Amino acid sequence: MQWEVVIGLEVHVQLATASKIFSGAATTFGAAPNTQACAVDLAMPGMLPVFNEEALRMAVRFGCAIDARINHESVFDRKNYFYPDLPKGYQISQLDHPTVAEGHLDIDLEDGTRKRIGITRAHLEEDAGKSLHEDFHGQSGIDLNRAGTPLLEIVSEPELRSAREAVSYLRKLHSIVTYLGISDGDMSQGSMRCDCNVSLRPLGQEEFGTRTEIKNVNSFRFVEKAIESEIERQMDILEDGGSITQETRLYDPDKDETRSMRSKEQANDYRYFPDPDLLPVHIDDAYIEDIRSQLPELPDAKKIRFAQEYGLSDYDAGVLAASREQADYFETVCETSKDPKLSANWVMGELAKWLNQGDLDISACPLPAEQLGKLILRIKDNTLSSKMAKQVFELLWQDGGDVDDIIEAKGLKQVTDSSAIEAIIDEVLANNASQVEQYRAADDAKRGKMIGFFVGQTMKASKGSANPQQVNAVLRKKLEG
Amino acid sequence: MPLKPEDLATVATLAKLDIPANQTERLRQDIEQILTFVEQMNAQDTADIKPLGSPLERPQRLRADQVTETDQREALQSVTRHTEQGLYLVPKVIE
Repeated sequence: MQWEVVIGLEVHVQLATASKIFSGAATTFGAAPNTQACAVDLAMPGMLPVFNEEALRMAVRFGCAIDARINHESVFDRKNYFYPDLPKGYQISQLDHPTVAEGHLDIDLEDGTRKRIGITRAHLEEDAGKSLHEDFHGQSGIDLNRAGTPLLEIVSEPELRSAREAVSYLRKLHSIVTYLGISDGDMSQGSMRCDCNVSLRPLGQEEFGTRTEIKNVNSFRFVEKAIESEIERQMDILEDGGSITQETRLYDPDKDETRSMRSKEQANDYRYFPDPDLLPVHIDDAYIEDIRSQLPELPDAKKIRFAQEYGLSDYDAGVLAASREQADYFETVCETSKDPKLSANWVMGELAKWLNQGDLDISACPLPAEQLGKLILRIKDNTLSSKMAKQVFELLWQDGGDVDDIIEAKGLKQVTDSSAIEAIIDEVLANNASQVEQYRAADDAKRGKMIGFFVGQTMKASKGSANPQQVNAVLRKKLEG
Repeated sequence: MPLKPEDLATVATLAKLDIPANQTERLRQDIEQILTFVEQMNAQDTADIKPLGSPLERPQRLRADQVTETDQREALQSVTRHTEQGLYLVPKVIE
């Protein structure tokens, strides 16, 4: 039978506020345990939550960016469950009246088409603390620094049809929240975590199959692998005539499989009800429009502009516009170099290679964009061959400094003086008289291959400083006389 | 609404409560009375009434996004006996 895959994602995005959603404790990552957990976060008796205005602003910003309906009244509810890293015994969340209602975003598919994915809602809630289960003599250690950190939970419609589509959606979401500056999007630190709802149904059937939910997947790669292995597991069961149990599952990256965490029967009854400690939040159109008018240029708009303004291919424009830092970096390089195509090549080529090797994000790039722009200028004015430019790039990367100073200090100037090049070539030809004779006796097809030998010898004699285009031209002239 | 002793036991388990045997009958009767009261509320027709987020007719006050709390760990942990390396220790729970 042919199966259709149905995927919906629930993505938790940690908002980049300075303080928590309902208390004045700091949200900085990596502080010593429980040094950023105040009496409100600890649920001490008599403490009252007070809502952080910046968390609201960030949620509305996101809503505007995905063209969503923003609710003029949103209500906080208590979601009740017992777990030691949730001191109150309930999480403050939003159920029936979330701040952000229906919206959408577009993802690019592999065949070059776009697909619109509906977003059901995005609601504000608080994060829980962290439980550490190792090395505490059979007990668990609780760190409540994260308790009360603001989260925006973004729920998609079940409109994704493959693991690849799910990853594209997640990447797009990541790109939007980082463009908006509402989250650092750092998945390794848990700033973005994903629950994946997966089900299968016979192709053509309208009714959804039974779904499972894979909890807390924390990297793009794991989202793809977790969904793929879950699809395979469900398909095996269904093909054998079995049925899927509705349950929550965990992905184990080491074994590349999902395993059961709890079934529907064991699921919590969250007993949601409006939190009496918090009043409904009211916002008006002026508030929303003010935020909308301050939205930055978003990835889709930037991609279109890059293609039009700089004449880049759709692919290059998309890659460069995917992250705001990378797009800004590229534009600064371009401003200096005045050559968009060469700038794009260097940013996506050499720079990306070095960033990858160092496992660095572009925000931590040791090479200022202005210097890369200047380096490209020196290629364009023939001071450097592209090979020499790579040497200068390496020196800039490792030691910093200025492009021109490095060229000067290392004597890396390209020889473009044609008489100097001719002199070197004359010497090379004199030293390789037999090869010259063979060349002259050969036909065009063979000559094409043989010229490489002379270019190589000349570059070697010039210690790599001769301009390769000039060497080629002069060699051909002299050999073919 | 009658409540069986088994129902009380189930609710206690869900609420993570350990109820001494000599209190179960009194609690069972209390809850029965509460449920009778709830039945009265459920009997009201609320079809035309808008759900109420809060009975207070005023909007939520917002606070500026500023860190106003300092590290109070020592004071806050002085009321608990079980801490180690700055962490609160609890019976092991793994979900």
